[in-house]
Amino acid sequence: MSSAEDGAPVSSSLTGDSAEHAAGPQNGTPLLEVRELTVHHGQLRALDHVSLRVFPGEVYAIIGANGAGKSTLLRTIAGLHRATEGSILFDGRDLAGVRPERRATQGIVMVPEGRRLFPSLTVEENLKVGATYARKGQWTIERVYELFDWMKDRRRQPTAQLSGGEQQAVAIGRALVANPRVLLLDELSLGLAPVVVQRIYAMLPQILASGLTVLLVEQDVSQALRVASHIQCLLEGRTTLEGRPADVTAEQVEGAYFGLAGTTAGPLPHDRGAGGYGGGLGGVVPPEATGSEPLWTGSTTSSRGS
Amino acid sequence: MDWVNDVIQGILTGGLYALFACGLSLMFGVMKVVNLAHGDLAVLGGYVALGVIAITHVPVLWSFLIVVPIMAAIGYLLQRTLIQAALDRSILTTLLVTFGLSVVIENALLQFINADSHSLGVNNSIITASFSVGSQIQVAYLSLLILAVAVVVLLGLQYFLSVTKYGRLIRAVADDKEAAQLSGIDYRHVFGIAAAIAVGSVGLAGIAQGLSAQFAPTTGTDTILLFAFAAVVIGGLGSLWGTLVGGIVLGVAQEIGSQISSSDGFLAGYIVFLAVLVLRPQGLVARGASS
Repeated sequence: MSSAEDGAPVSSSLTGDSAEHAAGPQNGTPLLEVRELTVHHGQLRALDHVSLRVFPGEVYAIIGANGAGKSTLLRTIAGLHRATEGSILFDGRDLAGVRPERRATQGIVMVPEGRRLFPSLTVEENLKVGATYARKGQWTIERVYELFDWMKDRRRQPTAQLSGGEQQAVAIGRALVANPRVLLLDELSLGLAPVVVQRIYAMLPQILASGLTVLLVEQDVSQALRVASHIQCLLEGRTTLEGRPADVTAEQVEGAYFGLAGTTAGPLPHDRGAGGYGGGLGGVVPPEATGSEPLWTGSTTSSRGS
Repeated sequence: MDWVNDVIQGILTGGLYALFACGLSLMFGVMKVVNLAHGDLAVLGGYVALGVIAITHVPVLWSFLIVVPIMAAIGYLLQRTLIQAALDRSILTTLLVTFGLSVVIENALLQFINADSHSLGVNNSIITASFSVGSQIQVAYLSLLILAVAVVVLLGLQYFLSVTKYGRLIRAVADDKEAAQLSGIDYRHVFGIAAAIAVGSVGLAGIAQGLSAQFAPTTGTDTILLFAFAAVVIGGLGSLWGTLVGGIVLGVAQEIGSQISSSDGFLAGYIVFLAVLVLRPQGLVARGASS
């Protein structure tokens, strides 16, 4: 880790946050903790000493551009990739060497990128597979039908006949019936119309009300900022920013997301005002951002002015 | 009338070929393993039946009650050890490993037993008898029984796959084993169950071969594996009922071929096999129709 330059701000922000969590309504110990995780895909270093702590009841969002390592992080937590270095602790226990299916039955359940339903199975069969080795809990197939009211009528259809948004709902339902303690959501918005994405994210409060903790990965920054209680931005496998959505400015997120000049060296300290960076960023919005919608709207625009 | 008789005899033989083929098709459909040791496992099933009958003196026809569980256990163990280890490396490795397994089984039988042909004789006169339809068509009860067994096996498999918990898991794992893992399913165990079913059915095939003809250590590769492959390809890879359709088409082609010239029966079967590969490579029964 390049801790010489960025170690200090990371650790200070981490301790600062955990202090906030401890003081808040949540439990003092993290449910899921990732320590200095490094993961390689062959020669490529996909994750470089990434750490995070997810506390019970949180919605923890990992944001970042394509190839930032977000999905790799989630897949490594689910057990599908092997870590080169670092450790993952779930409820205080090290998950090293625990197979993916054991992690799922212990309560870490992932909704994979691209939904990955079983195409030759019906909607109901997909849910039944998810419930086969479920933990005890309040989520049942009936409860999922209540959450997504269209689903019961179409339970005998093959999932191939569903729209993308409906398939995503089935994928979420398949994960919920396993009664996870931590739900990992990998790019829910991928390939879906914005309206559909909003409808799916609107379900999140009901899911959280059942006592779940959510760790999600999202390319759609505005969506992530809207739902998250904590965000962490990755760029080329490194953490470039983390904090509560209310505490970070638009400019900080933009800088961390795109790795603009002067911001790649390390994460932006929370207490730094927008003024320090805003001036330099005004004219250098990268081409991906122009011509499309603004990166986010809504709750965080207020922090732009502060 | 000769032609009608050929078709009927071909259909009856098709039942035996379907028994040969359904385990091969299942292993390919679920784990993408082309099991080159399939025929040798069937022959092994025949020898296990000989041993079981010699030791326990059960009637030949009821020996399957012991043989099938033994073969199923062998299938599960092979899958969890050798074949899974090969799958973890690559699909291609499974070809080499099952080929090696085929050579080992065949030579072990030659080494520890002998090269003689064996058959499973039935002293029950009803089974060995036949009845006639019209003046020229003779239907052996044994062939009819084997065809019925094949249909029952396929019906049972279809019910198991579509209704039961493990059947559902097998289909899910065949679709996407990583997604299944994320739902808490150990796909290696599910693969083991599929292999147990496949090799269990192969045990039945070995008994059927011993009842209707003979088997020797080499019968596995030079007869059973070849016919099983032909039936699977004609019927459609991965399709359950396709194996019965493929077996029947192969059987009828062989009967008609040997009617034209007594030595050309097998040749006619392979001509149909090649014709299907060229004209309809997905097989006569498209995948997804039944399983």
